[in-house]
Amino acid sequence: MKYAFFLGCTIPARSRNYELSARKVADKLGIDLIDVADFMCCGFPMKASDSESAQIMGAYNLCLAQEKGLDICVLCSSCASQLTEVAHSLSEAGPQRDRINAELSRAGLTYWGGVKVRHFARVLLEDIGIEKIKTHFIKDLSDLKTAVHYGCHYLKPSEIYDGFDDVENPKSLETLVAVTGARVMDYPGKKRCCGGPVLPVDENVALSVAKEKLDDIVDAGADAMCLVCPFCSVMYDDNQKSIESEFGAAYHLPVLYLTQILGLAMGFNRKELGLNMNVVKTKKLLSQYFE
Amino acid sequence: MDKLNLDRADKNFKKELTRQPGGEKISACFMCRSCTASCPITAVNDTFNPLRIIRMALYGLKAEVLKSDFIWLCSSCYACQERCPQGVSITEFMTLLKNLAVKAGNMPQGIRAQRDTIKGEGRIYPIDDFDNKKRAKAALPPIPTSCEAVEKLFPPARN
Repeated sequence: MKYAFFLGCTIPARSRNYELSARKVADKLGIDLIDVADFMCCGFPMKASDSESAQIMGAYNLCLAQEKGLDICVLCSSCASQLTEVAHSLSEAGPQRDRINAELSRAGLTYWGGVKVRHFARVLLEDIGIEKIKTHFIKDLSDLKTAVHYGCHYLKPSEIYDGFDDVENPKSLETLVAVTGARVMDYPGKKRCCGGPVLPVDENVALSVAKEKLDDIVDAGADAMCLVCPFCSVMYDDNQKSIESEFGAAYHLPVLYLTQILGLAMGFNRKELGLNMNVVKTKKLLSQYFE
Repeated sequence: MDKLNLDRADKNFKKELTRQPGGEKISACFMCRSCTASCPITAVNDTFNPLRIIRMALYGLKAEVLKSDFIWLCSSCYACQERCPQGVSITEFMTLLKNLAVKAGNMPQGIRAQRDTIKGEGRIYPIDDFDNKKRAKAALPPIPTSCEAVEKLFPPARN
């Protein structure tokens, strides 16, 4: 199983823990992630100011995967949504594709359609399957109480995702976490946005949105949060301290990537999973799983 | 917020919007407020209210909408769009309004900075040698520190 591995911008610069743990998990499961050096930004952060340019950037990246004859596997939910949306809108020949191809011609590229884009979690569920993943677990995580955060663009807009999961009643992440034996705590506001896209516009609004979820998760009695997007992680992990000081709260809630939880169950060590790079310390919570 | 003053309405604004991606179905809005009730931003700051923005746009309050700060508070989470019983692509509509606001000269500093960085460097967080050193230490492959393609795709004449 081979995919063009789309890292996007945030992960290689700020979320190397996600990248490291994803590569380890992929390796264990026989997923071949091919690095494509010339990938650029997916275009998502350009959408608000200039949708047309965002679409050109998305299509450029699809072309590079097309040249290699590979589908794309993505770790970031915003990248997943942006690239899937562009692939969806350019899937058929017509004036829209012609218009984008005219722009791409400056880089000597043409997009013909057919590249599929999927989030890493979706690849795990659809191409590997729970039963096979289970066979690689050597540690039981049943003492870990987690709360999953889906975020928005992992599932939405649903019209581009061909029926993957259910926007109003999502299950995919709970399913993946639960196979490790970890407990998955339900909480109100599970589907709420992290607020991240508002961060460059109004920090207080963005942090207020993130705070509501942290409150709900701590009230539900979870020991850790599990997520699949580096943007969301910036809000809950990197900015947790700012939220605490801004609103006089105290959470100390470790924020783990799905791949770190799966990797933990597979027996990888702290460093292999980049757990030393998580901002909220995980050492105490996970001490029983390491020598 | 102040009362809406319809004397300043631009009757063509609705038509202008319905011709563009994201605006096609806004006339179908029957004011059920599902969007506003679903919005995580409205929940913490009611100066952002998707229903109100749609109504303002339909009434033709072009300048009030495109020069506003509030349109920029949309987090593009799609909660409203997924629940709209009338099939209005509300999130795409908000994106359309933001794009039009930029053309009208209204763009928050943070959004401008993002755009300029991406169009200049091809990434929102450009990678330097120091980043690649840290990556090498973690046994991760290097990432290019510059992007030629972005210069070809977005030559100064096009911007």
